[in-house]
Amino acid sequence: MPDHVAEYLEASALGCPERVALVDSGGQRLTYSELNRQADALAGFLASQGIGPGDRVAVALPKSFASVVSLFGIVKAGAAYVPVDPATPVERGRHILTDSAVRAVIGDERILCILPDSRPVTVIVAGGEAPPGTALKTTAFEQILAAGTKPPRPERRASDLAYILYTSGSTGMPKGAMITHGNAVSFIEWCAEAFGIVPDDRVTSNAPFHFDLSVLDLYPTVKCGATLYLINEELGRNAPELARFVGAHRLTIWTSTPSVLMLLVQFGRLHEHDVSSLRLVLFGGEVFPVRHLRELRRLWPDPVFYNLYGPTEITTACTYGEVPRVIPDDREAPYPIGFPCSHCRALVLDEHGREVPAGDEGLLFVSGPSVFAGYWNRPAENQAAFVDREEVRWYNTGDVVRWIPDEGFSYVGRRDRMVKRRGYRIELGEIEGAMYAHPRVREAAVVPVPDEEAGVRIVAVLSCRGPERPSTVDLKTFCATRLPGYMIPDRFLFRDCLPRTSTDKVDYQALAGAIAG
Amino acid sequence: MRTTTVDAQAVREVIRQHVLSTALAGEPADSLRDNTPLRTSGILDSFATMSLVELLGREFGVELDVYETSVERFDRVEDMAQAVLRKFS
Repeated sequence: MPDHVAEYLEASALGCPERVALVDSGGQRLTYSELNRQADALAGFLASQGIGPGDRVAVALPKSFASVVSLFGIVKAGAAYVPVDPATPVERGRHILTDSAVRAVIGDERILCILPDSRPVTVIVAGGEAPPGTALKTTAFEQILAAGTKPPRPERRASDLAYILYTSGSTGMPKGAMITHGNAVSFIEWCAEAFGIVPDDRVTSNAPFHFDLSVLDLYPTVKCGATLYLINEELGRNAPELARFVGAHRLTIWTSTPSVLMLLVQFGRLHEHDVSSLRLVLFGGEVFPVRHLRELRRLWPDPVFYNLYGPTEITTACTYGEVPRVIPDDREAPYPIGFPCSHCRALVLDEHGREVPAGDEGLLFVSGPSVFAGYWNRPAENQAAFVDREEVRWYNTGDVVRWIPDEGFSYVGRRDRMVKRRGYRIELGEIEGAMYAHPRVREAAVVPVPDEEAGVRIVAVLSCRGPERPSTVDLKTFCATRLPGYMIPDRFLFRDCLPRTSTDKVDYQALAGAIAG
Repeated sequence: MRTTTVDAQAVREVIRQHVLSTALAGEPADSLRDNTPLRTSGILDSFATMSLVELLGREFGVELDVYETSVERFDRVEDMAQAVLRKFS
């Protein structure tokens, strides 16, 4: 087993240099030898700037060859990458770059808007030049690849950070989960073996790199010398074109959130495309409503379906379960999240730390080599995240589950204020923080409402300063300047004042009841 | 190139009515302007956008590709109307 994810690329570049590693949304191809050469060139440039082990580099690029080259180039230099949504709201993006104290950033021209003020960084602009009038010194990504500077050979340790992935934080700003090479390798090895990935596989890469589901497709594919099909945002949102892409390229393994699959079911005209090459469908990140899963199963009867579960902190997945080929018409309950992956151990504890009997609800704790190293710069949250039991460190997922013999774990929900939507984790407090910044909002409370179509809808209940209420258009447009799209509330309701408990806290139960009623 | 033509105002009105009825129910019609960002503001999610693309296909017989429906080019009523009108120019 390697110590470092870069070794997967290097082994494939050596073993099958002319095999196609990547195909982009436009059908362009990149071989393993060229991917490795480009990653080496970037690593060489970063090293020439004094960037290496112990440093962090942000990547804010659309899904493309450049983004994959960047991830491998950064880890080859010995640094850790920090993937950022290129369309992230300015304040949020700046927080991520400042909090992680990146030494360099790689992005398109949008990255210039989120650079931290506090410290100088090396700026690499891909896919064009920095806009005229930019005072900052920037280096063109393409120029770095052409220069082909010799890569460094830093010492590689499994305990080195591979990446920091920022997820929604309850304090109003996202927090970074630190994943080491050892964490990632343990998951990748399990994944490649469990799903029997072979060099002839053609694998979709749907999830953006700032979402950890992308680890599921990128690294196992590269490890096995298979071909990864990069689905950019434009293609991923156009269901008929996406369905055509799957059929035309005769893809064999599909990976995505249920949301993307639901989009395909509803708008992809799946019956028009031959997908007989598809052998595996892997989905995770959120609950798949059974009604849509049944419909997809009917349209795609042949592939084997797996439901994967796992928070970012456990490196993508820690349990998985197979979905049967035929889903009974009367089944309404979502399918279980299954059994622990072979590299993980799991147990269910009550609030006093006692194991609960099969069938009872409790919090899911996970241990194993893929459990993350902690949150970046968050000592208090690190203390709360783990418990030690018989000299083993267990991560508290915060997810409430039930153990059902023969079925595995069944997901029940959360006891805190976190929800999942389109596979992304959302702390409702972060949305409230953004709402309070609106000049007309006096009080804000955000409540999740279960929804058969979307899994969950987010409703913001507001009281306003003065008699005039802002419009939905105004509120959504305002939210978009502070929150990523998946966190923007679906609906806004207004009250003269919010209900409070006897201790003067917002009474969320009363609000949820009133909305449901 | 198509031989038939469509009225630009009619295209805008179809888009506006769809957005108002599906994503902004109960909102005053004048809160939605031709330059209101709809996708980057979260007013239309991927499902609502695809539903609109389907509607435009049915109403005007146009098929919009990945490039034409990217967030940058298909975010406002005006962008969306132009995407349809270009098919007839």
